[in-house]
Amino acid sequence: MTGVLLQVDDLAVEFDTPKGPLRAVRGVSFQVGEGETLAIVGESGSGKSVTAHTLMGLVPLRARIVSGRVTIEGRDVTGLSDKEWRELRGERIAMIFQDPLSALNPSLTVGYQIAEMFRRHRRLGRKESRRLAVGLMEQVGIPDAERRLDDHPHRFSGGMRQRVMIAIALALDPRLLIADEPTTALDVTVQAQILRLLRQRQRADRLGMIIISHDLGVVARAADRVAVMYAGRIVETGTVAEVYERPAHPYTLGLMRAVPTPRDGGAPLEAIDGQPPDLLAPPDGCAFHPRCPFARDKCREVDPEQHELGPRRASACHFAEEVMTGVHTGHG
Amino acid sequence: MSTPVMDEPILELDDLVTSYRLTRGIGRSGGEVRAVAGVSLTVRAGETVGLVGESGCGKSTVARTIVGLVRPSSGRVLFEGRDLSTLPAQEMRLLRQDIQLIFQDPYASLNPRMTVAALLKEPWRIHRGLVPRERWDEEVRSLLDRVGLRAEHADRYPHQFSGGQRQRIAIARALAVRPRLIVCDESVSALDVSVRAQILNLLKDLQRDLGVAYLFISHDLGVVRHICDRVAVMYLGKIVEVGSKDSVYRHPSHPYTQALLSAAPSLDDWRDDERREIVLGGDVPSPLSPPSGCRFRTRCWQAQDRCREEEPALIERDTDHPVACHFPAPS
Amino acid sequence: MTAVRTTPGRSGGPAPVLRRLAALPLRAHLAIGTVLVFAVAGLLGPLIKPYDSARTSPPDRLLPPGARLSDGAVAWLGTDQVGQDILAEVLAGMRTSLTVALVTVLVGGSVGLFLGLVAGYFGGWADGIISRVGDIQLAFPSLLLAILLAGVLGPSMVNVIIALAVTRWVIFARVVRGSAIAVRDREFVDSARVMGASHGRILLHYILPSCLPPLLVAATVQVGLTMVAEASLSFLGLGVPSSQASWGSTIAEGRDYLASAWWIAAVPGAALALVVVSIGILGDLLRDTSDPMTEL
Repeated sequence: MTGVLLQVDDLAVEFDTPKGPLRAVRGVSFQVGEGETLAIVGESGSGKSVTAHTLMGLVPLRARIVSGRVTIEGRDVTGLSDKEWRELRGERIAMIFQDPLSALNPSLTVGYQIAEMFRRHRRLGRKESRRLAVGLMEQVGIPDAERRLDDHPHRFSGGMRQRVMIAIALALDPRLLIADEPTTALDVTVQAQILRLLRQRQRADRLGMIIISHDLGVVARAADRVAVMYAGRIVETGTVAEVYERPAHPYTLGLMRAVPTPRDGGAPLEAIDGQPPDLLAPPDGCAFHPRCPFARDKCREVDPEQHELGPRRASACHFAEEVMTGVHTGHG
Repeated sequence: MSTPVMDEPILELDDLVTSYRLTRGIGRSGGEVRAVAGVSLTVRAGETVGLVGESGCGKSTVARTIVGLVRPSSGRVLFEGRDLSTLPAQEMRLLRQDIQLIFQDPYASLNPRMTVAALLKEPWRIHRGLVPRERWDEEVRSLLDRVGLRAEHADRYPHQFSGGQRQRIAIARALAVRPRLIVCDESVSALDVSVRAQILNLLKDLQRDLGVAYLFISHDLGVVRHICDRVAVMYLGKIVEVGSKDSVYRHPSHPYTQALLSAAPSLDDWRDDERREIVLGGDVPSPLSPPSGCRFRTRCWQAQDRCREEEPALIERDTDHPVACHFPAPS
Repeated sequence: MTAVRTTPGRSGGPAPVLRRLAALPLRAHLAIGTVLVFAVAGLLGPLIKPYDSARTSPPDRLLPPGARLSDGAVAWLGTDQVGQDILAEVLAGMRTSLTVALVTVLVGGSVGLFLGLVAGYFGGWADGIISRVGDIQLAFPSLLLAILLAGVLGPSMVNVIIALAVTRWVIFARVVRGSAIAVRDREFVDSARVMGASHGRILLHYILPSCLPPLLVAATVQVGLTMVAEASLSFLGLGVPSSQASWGSTIAEGRDYLASAWWIAAVPGAALALVVVSIGILGDLLRDTSDPMTEL
């Protein structure tokens, strides 16, 4: 990996609730390098979205960072002021969201909202900003850009709106792009378009990218590396090939087996039993042990550390090797 | 419940058309949208038919028409040979027992003021005589058990459950009237992967034990492939291809089906970085003014003049299953 | 983020209710207290201190508050131009006011609830007729309509109630119609339709419960406003017959003595203002504290 763009160390975020602190993110560490796409995958409540928002300096309401350090291009951003964050956002780090309609201002034209990036951050004039906006819209594949510049967001389809969001995010050539469920609200054929566009832009500009997703198929298609989150922790990391071929955590294994595939022939899926834990009172030991087919006494007592399984490959399971070989022999 | 005879059609849609009237401002009519523009489809007893398509293709309107939430503009919905639109109201209400609907969002489809027990008993209050009152509590316990919930859940309210558990409650409620057909409208789409697998398994178990038929409506091709026996693909209000699961998934003949299958992400996508995926250009046209001829031609890479002029019928064309395309890929 | 709640979220029993009451702001306590005092006074006052409109006592005319009457009693709030004790008159007026307001809101509310449910749930031409009639009526100042009706019907408590109820039903119907429309197309209502539930069942078990909280808020506010309307009619001589006490007619009588005996008009006026403002605060409070669960 060449230059590290983003370094996250032991990040923990808590929500204040009437019933006590809810530990949404419980000590998360990872890196994103230049030209690398990391997928953070997990189910609802896993803490993946809170993590992404925290990286952007957008700590949710009633949440606070309990511990940890976030470094962007070598600069510690944990204690930045609002003003400093505003300068960083857009310039160095940008974000796109699941629902582009609510992220765009409905009363301003699309062209105005893209050009605004240049006017505000680059202090460019109206004409110049508009010209750059047209160029950007063409780059993200919006046909007839010149004419569509003066349309309002509601005149665009879901896929086209997401392209507008991508144009705004990429306007100032950021180094790191965070995409929070970027295709979840889109149809399958449009999703394919957007994933291809993101990949193209990411390759062309050597962007570092984080894709937050619940969809293992989207991750397989879009990412180089993957971090699987469960109950506020990263339980497994590695390249997509490593993790998908030989999962080293029972939760990852369970997720893979719960997805219908052409080969299952309609046979019953191996669903993960039970429900995700209550983050107000997570279980002792490993948070996954109540649902884990591999669980033993040790899992109920000791919360597992990250076990290094190779370069940038780790699993937070006491029995990671067993899980990996278990898959290999088809036992489990 | 009597064991159904397989292969006997229980639901037939015959050239079904359902339109919505649009209003623009006061009193002015904004025209009509034909959300379902002539759909014919058969569901046999005890089988699962998948209806696949993207948002706005009319698949949910098909569901709402079948269960009687909206009226068809023309065409017929036949249940066990009886035309639902000509039935007297009294018989229609009885027939409502036989067809049930499970919605997408289990957070919205359960009355938040009712306990689980009240939700499950309500069908018996509506259809008196279905279950004698003295057996209600027993029957509630057995329904909960059947969908994988515990007896003590009966006194709780929907908001005290997770999404997957709520969908189990919705399924139990549908089963309470002992239906022959359950229409699942994106019923697992809002669920997390691990929970989705639980519900899919449950639906399969119920079919095996009770012989209920499913019309399974979804945008997720992987899920449909897993659960269905036959598949119909919808685009802009019409079925473009229909056939057994194997024939449609192995030999997709309509370009739209090919594009859908190619676009659907799968766990294996990482193996093949530059896959020869078909990425369709553009968006689905507005159903207010669908294209002439073949409705898919504006996004089709094979479109020719004939596609503009002549609408292709849904028939077998050197394929082992019907397809609505002038130039289908041969099976 | 969705956390699974496994413990029952409903807290029952009297203790939480008391705790919630204690947590209310000061103005809420004052408002509740005022309304309670007035209600009790209106109910029991006339029994303790009876009012007889036919009785006159010339020696006790126009006495200021706190003066001693010829029979030795103290007139804490003074007397009027025929020697009646203002306190007795205000207490009796309270009873009239409260009766008229509650019955009017009950009658108007019931009619409004019914028509609002029909308009909101069924829509179509029923909604068209009900809503247009309502619009036409709202275009007409409600007090003017009440004056017209009361004038035609003649003075009696029943007629005042009829006149006021006719002007109020629209407000209730609109509130109910809005709630009914909001809940009509919800999925859990569709789910009952698919189950084969009749319109009656859906209206009673699904639509009605969602309309009640906003209706209750509207009704509370309307009780106060109806009291003002009743007083206005009585002030104009179109309200309850002169044999019954009413704050409006007392104020009207006191108008001629504003310079010499201000208390005749001021006491019932102040009472009216105090109780209407208190009821208004209660209405706001109900709106703010309505449990989000009940809005579903």
